Amino acid sequence: MFIDDFKAGLRRIAPIIVSASPFGVLFGAVAIQHGMSTGEAVLMSAVIYAGASQLVGVNLFDQHLPAWVVILSILAVNFRHILYSAAIARHIELLSPWQKAANFFLLTDPHYAEIERQAHSGEPITFGWVMGLGIGLYLPWLALTYAGCVLGAFIGDPKSIGLDVLLPIYFLGLVMGFRKRANWLPVVIASSLASMAAVKFVGSPWHVSIGAVAGIIVAALMPLPPGTHSEIEEG
Amino acid sequence: METMFRPEMLLIILGGAVATYLTRIGGYLLIKRFKTIPPRVEAGLNAVPAAVLTTLVAPAALTGGPETAVALIVSLLAGLRFSGLTLIAIGWAVAMGIRHFVL
Repeated sequence: MFIDDFKAGLRRIAPIIVSASPFGVLFGAVAIQHGMSTGEAVLMSAVIYAGASQLVGVNLFDQHLPAWVVILSILAVNFRHILYSAAIARHIELLSPWQKAANFFLLTDPHYAEIERQAHSGEPITFGWVMGLGIGLYLPWLALTYAGCVLGAFIGDPKSIGLDVLLPIYFLGLVMGFRKRANWLPVVIASSLASMAAVKFVGSPWHVSIGAVAGIIVAALMPLPPGTHSEIEEG
Repeated sequence: METMFRPEMLLIILGGAVATYLTRIGGYLLIKRFKTIPPRVEAGLNAVPAAVLTTLVAPAALTGGPETAVALIVSLLAGLRFSGLTLIAIGWAVAMGIRHFVL
């Protein structure tokens, strides 16, 4: 039972490993270029396990800022996980408290997206399935970080091979995947404008939290679809 | 494997790990304090992935140079039809094409 669900989770995450792999390698390579040791880079991937924030952390470490500023920036980039973990609370009722705690350690953008997809299709979300999903991405992430560290010494300028444009295009693809959802267009417009204004006037990495909150407020203020109230009250 | 660990770097890595785990479990702990999810909160939660991921994309159009901006606009249109690695390949090819032949 566990093993079948685990395999089903692995199969679901497999295509995402392919699209995430450039970023694991990218992080390892950038970490080495910013003066991290291989051990430090792999440890960072193992205990933080959140690519965008790892890249931000490495960039800031290079600027000789106090440790708490770097930690706060990592927190700001990962603030979106608070919203993810709130959103999936209603989907993981089959898990025990410790199983939930393990699942939350492995919570990433694609992990969250796949849980939402599974819930939307009405299939059960079991501990085996979320572990297949999570561990299926976690172990490759460590291996890819190590591969990036090895490669990092050989890559001169990441821009020369276009490594820098992969990340935003990857995230854009994820945004487009949600375009059938209610309020998608107003949310994307609000978050785009707010995050672009914030990156100009407040600075990175706060544009992530500010832009996200703008989109979420717009969605919460949009007219509710008919029948929403009764559905909630019955449930 | 090179296994040099500096105390200052360890502090950042482990502090960042604690902060990150708090974000991963924090939303669950907060939402469990409510018995039901009000409809407007639910509408807000449904908007979370698009809202957050957009903030990782849109600013790159401003800060990543003209080739990144053009690649993102082309990818936005291509995203109506393609996804995953195909979409990444299209955006990457546009950015690299501009970098090599225009700029």
